[in-house]
Amino acid sequence: MLEISLTHFLVVSSILFCLGIYGVVTRKNAVMVLMGIELILNASNINFIAFARYGNFGLQGQMVALFVIVLAAAEAAIALAIVLNVYKTFVNINVDELDTLRD
Amino acid sequence: MGVYEIIFYLFAAVTLVSAVFVVTSRNIVRAAFNLLFTFFGVAGIYVLLGADFVAIVQLIVYVGGILILLIFGVMITNKITEVDIKTGTLHTLPAAIGVGLFTGIVGAVVLNTEWRVVDSEMPESTLTSLGTMLITEYVLIFELLGILLLIALIGAASMARK
Repeated sequence: MLEISLTHFLVVSSILFCLGIYGVVTRKNAVMVLMGIELILNASNINFIAFARYGNFGLQGQMVALFVIVLAAAEAAIALAIVLNVYKTFVNINVDELDTLRD
Repeated sequence: MGVYEIIFYLFAAVTLVSAVFVVTSRNIVRAAFNLLFTFFGVAGIYVLLGADFVAIVQLIVYVGGILILLIFGVMITNKITEVDIKTGTLHTLPAAIGVGLFTGIVGAVVLNTEWRVVDSEMPESTLTSLGTMLITEYVLIFELLGILLLIALIGAASMARK
């Protein structure tokens, strides 16, 4: 229990992943849904780096983690542009009220 | 209990507690600030795993970039002058039950699997080898990601300006 092993990191990342899913599922505000997605991406990154450290894969896991961070940045920029457009059209960004493609 | 264990539990606690506040807090700005602490905790976990460069990139890109973008999104899409920066939740109970079950399953799988662990000493610094890998083995992915980021920025700017 006291010796930190791979399992400790995996438990932390799986709890973080499930919290992210909870945020994505329950939040009304689209920006909050994006925050849940960031939590999920962080959990997957912890997994990549933990396996790279304990599985003798060299630096490949860290490289994939860097690529995931780049994709997360691109995703956040695009998603916020979409959210801004939705806000201009519908004046709110609650995902449960947006059920038409145009007004 | 050594220093490594204490630091690990500290960072894990910071990460998970602030993540709980991110997904449960009703105030959007408070959730965004808790996300800051989550990112710091995850960066600390990266350092404990010997990934120093990824930890720095996490701090620069997530805290300095993505979090600022999210807070800008909150500022633009909410009326800050009125008290309207609350967000509602929906389907809380079914989601809690479903996610709780999922957490139990994933946790049981993680705890009951015999992970094959190879003992390797902590690398000194990953910066040099990561840089070398980026311009040799992974040069194609590196260039493609550069093009992807350019396209994403142009697309985001043109979509937001309309």
